[in-house]
Amino acid sequence: MYLVIRALDAEPATLQAILLQPRNVVLFVNTILLTVAVIIGSLMIAMPLAWLTTRCDIHGRRLFSVLGMFPLAMPAYLMAYCYIALSGSYGSFAQVFSITLPRLGGFWGAALVLSACNYPYLYLNLRSAMLGLDPSLEEVAKSLGQSRWNTLWRVILPQLLPACYSGFLLTGLHVLNDFGAVSLMGYETFSYAIYRQYMAGFDRTYAAWLALMLIALTGLVLLLEGYLLRKSRFDRTTAVGSRRARRVQLGKWKIPGYAFLVGQVFCFVVLPLFTLIFWGLQGDSWSVWPRLLEAAWGSTRASAPAAVAATCLALPLVYWSLRAPSRLTRFMERAAYMGYAVPSLAFALALIFFTLNVIPVLYQSMIILVFAYTMRFVAEAVGPIRSALYQTSPRLEEAGRILGYGWTSVFFFVTLPLLRNGILISLAFVFVSAMKELPLTFLLSPLGFRSLAVDLWGLVDEALFAQAAPYAITILTISAVFTSMLLLRETRQE
Amino acid sequence: MRRYSPIIIIFLLTIPAVTGTLSFYALDSTADEQELVLYSGRSESLVGPLVEQFEERHGIKVRVRYGATTQLSIALHEEGRRSPADIFWAQDRGALDAMDSSGLLSTLSESIQALRPVSFQPYVGNWIATSGRARVLAYSPERVDKENLPVSVFDLTDAAWQGRVGWAPTNASFQSFVTSMRTQYGDAKTREWLSGMKSNQAQSYGSNVPILQGIASGEIDLGITNHYYLYRLKDADSEFPVEQTTFQKGDIGNLVNVAGIGILQSSSKQDNAEKFIRFVLSNESQVFFTEEIKEYPVMEGMAPASGLMDQESLMAYAPELHLDKQDDLQGTLQLMMEVGIL
Repeated sequence: MYLVIRALDAEPATLQAILLQPRNVVLFVNTILLTVAVIIGSLMIAMPLAWLTTRCDIHGRRLFSVLGMFPLAMPAYLMAYCYIALSGSYGSFAQVFSITLPRLGGFWGAALVLSACNYPYLYLNLRSAMLGLDPSLEEVAKSLGQSRWNTLWRVILPQLLPACYSGFLLTGLHVLNDFGAVSLMGYETFSYAIYRQYMAGFDRTYAAWLALMLIALTGLVLLLEGYLLRKSRFDRTTAVGSRRARRVQLGKWKIPGYAFLVGQVFCFVVLPLFTLIFWGLQGDSWSVWPRLLEAAWGSTRASAPAAVAATCLALPLVYWSLRAPSRLTRFMERAAYMGYAVPSLAFALALIFFTLNVIPVLYQSMIILVFAYTMRFVAEAVGPIRSALYQTSPRLEEAGRILGYGWTSVFFFVTLPLLRNGILISLAFVFVSAMKELPLTFLLSPLGFRSLAVDLWGLVDEALFAQAAPYAITILTISAVFTSMLLLRETRQE
Repeated sequence: MRRYSPIIIIFLLTIPAVTGTLSFYALDSTADEQELVLYSGRSESLVGPLVEQFEERHGIKVRVRYGATTQLSIALHEEGRRSPADIFWAQDRGALDAMDSSGLLSTLSESIQALRPVSFQPYVGNWIATSGRARVLAYSPERVDKENLPVSVFDLTDAAWQGRVGWAPTNASFQSFVTSMRTQYGDAKTREWLSGMKSNQAQSYGSNVPILQGIASGEIDLGITNHYYLYRLKDADSEFPVEQTTFQKGDIGNLVNVAGIGILQSSSKQDNAEKFIRFVLSNESQVFFTEEIKEYPVMEGMAPASGLMDQESLMAYAPELHLDKQDDLQGTLQLMMEVGIL
């Protein structure tokens, strides 16, 4: 709405000049290429990781699961800084181990950094989908004489599709909106064009048009995803709650399996942490601790309610659109993604505009900040819950009703417990994203509000890496504690 | 349809759940007559200590919103007259000029205008420069002889430097340097330089620090950056193998950019706000800037931190500017885009 109002201020001639610049075509193509590369990259990391940690006889599955989610809390620009500082002949790695890692930059640099930051979205979606797989389907396939390979292709993979789609969608939207990491890597995407317009004369009109173009693109992707999903149905066939599949005996494949896990932890956990610790040791990093606590409290108290609220909001949206599908309910569910498709800055401006005009009392209050986080990140909460609900058979609910329970009891005692894994993942996603969100926090937080993300950004921007390191480590620790608490609850079922 | 009515309950539950959580946070209604609201495009590590000192000295509470200069400036435009902000402290003058042209900054009193550091801020605007950052040439002492360094930023397009120079086109300081080049030498010459740099394979970096790290790692041999980043990197690692220098006297490549501060038109606390500005320009704040983050103090007679040039030679090397506030960042970005570097 806001964008449309702003966009209507435009003069047609200037608008034409801005939108039809040949440069935008280049940026557009670059964006598509990068998005595809990041999606493939994330899939290559997330798929084996999820499979190994849920379905195989690997020791330390929980540890690897928790470590696998680590990069989720890392802001993309910081990840880019870490990899840049790490590599090269004078990089931190070369200084400590005398091994020179190749310098990253351009397309491959951007693709690597964004894959590293975004694969956890895909991983967590896949993970909860794999945990929810119905083993009897595989057993049926095998008993019908299908080979292992065929079972994988025709029975298992199709069941993972909803999780894949929602992971792809989140990853894609992140890539479209990212400016920090791509600019640090010197790779130019469409977000350059938006940045340029906002930067230039601090102009909001034409930037609004560009943002609308981005939304249109997102809308297309959403339609595509919706179309693909509608063709599929993945309920369990049996009424058995959640019987676990037998773990795959890896045999001689165990060594490559471990090698993959260790390699993954090394690249995406050890290397960035190594740089952060290296920075922390380089200068006076202890002086920031007292302020750090205040910022940590600020971050937590804004992010936690947002996580709860977004999940509560996503739950009925998903339930409705799957159990009572109609054009309206599907539209509602898709609409949840819109907050995510708008560039963060435009979203913040829209809320400033809205609050000042409608409820000025609430302007810059905590309520608006939490509301903003909720609306923006509800899209992240939708995916995991939806994947979980896809795997829950409506037969179970019907059985509950036949047994004479009211629909409320059925919902709370049958459906909700089955959705638990999905709900936990949703909470984790929203919490962590809100922790690292920048533009919304910059512009909508109450005055004097301190958050880890804002302080961290300020320090990195001033190149005070030694002081920035404790902030980064704190964000990572809080998110790791929070997400592993959720994951441990989840795995306790096993 | 009745089978699915749980959703209604869920909706009903969602509303109290959300509002319940939110009501934990009391509304912020402690507005105090005296209190100042500062929007700061400069980071907390820099502004926080000064704010504390100011509060202690004057007994006026200051509440700060930290953010990126550009984003805060856009938000201030959006808030317009309803902005709660009294003061805006920006990283670069581009944002302040844009605010000034939109009539968002209020006229400063004579006594504050008298403090304007004329050599850093050659024209009158409704804001005051608070510290300076010089553009410099960073180089690798191992791979480039100090004698052979280019004497002018225009020499960087020489074949000798092909693929060896780093720059940061998305950086605001770089952009304001390009704007100055346009005012000084015209669009044609600037375009020629930009495309010359591009065809000479200048390497693009996202910000100043990666340029310096690129030099240290041997990716490039020269880089055009702001002066203070190298000091910060050297603070962390005294062996950092990069040095920096200026171009010849008066070269546009030695441009000095400023950070600045202004009072918003929407503010009703002009007096207190001016107290704050005066405090930022006081000797002790200026010493804090230069010692803590190695920027150039703008007030006359202040000694810069060790390692920096004194003000006199800084100004001798800096180009003579014919800036005025009609500076056109939009045109610069357009030009950079046409050349294909943004």
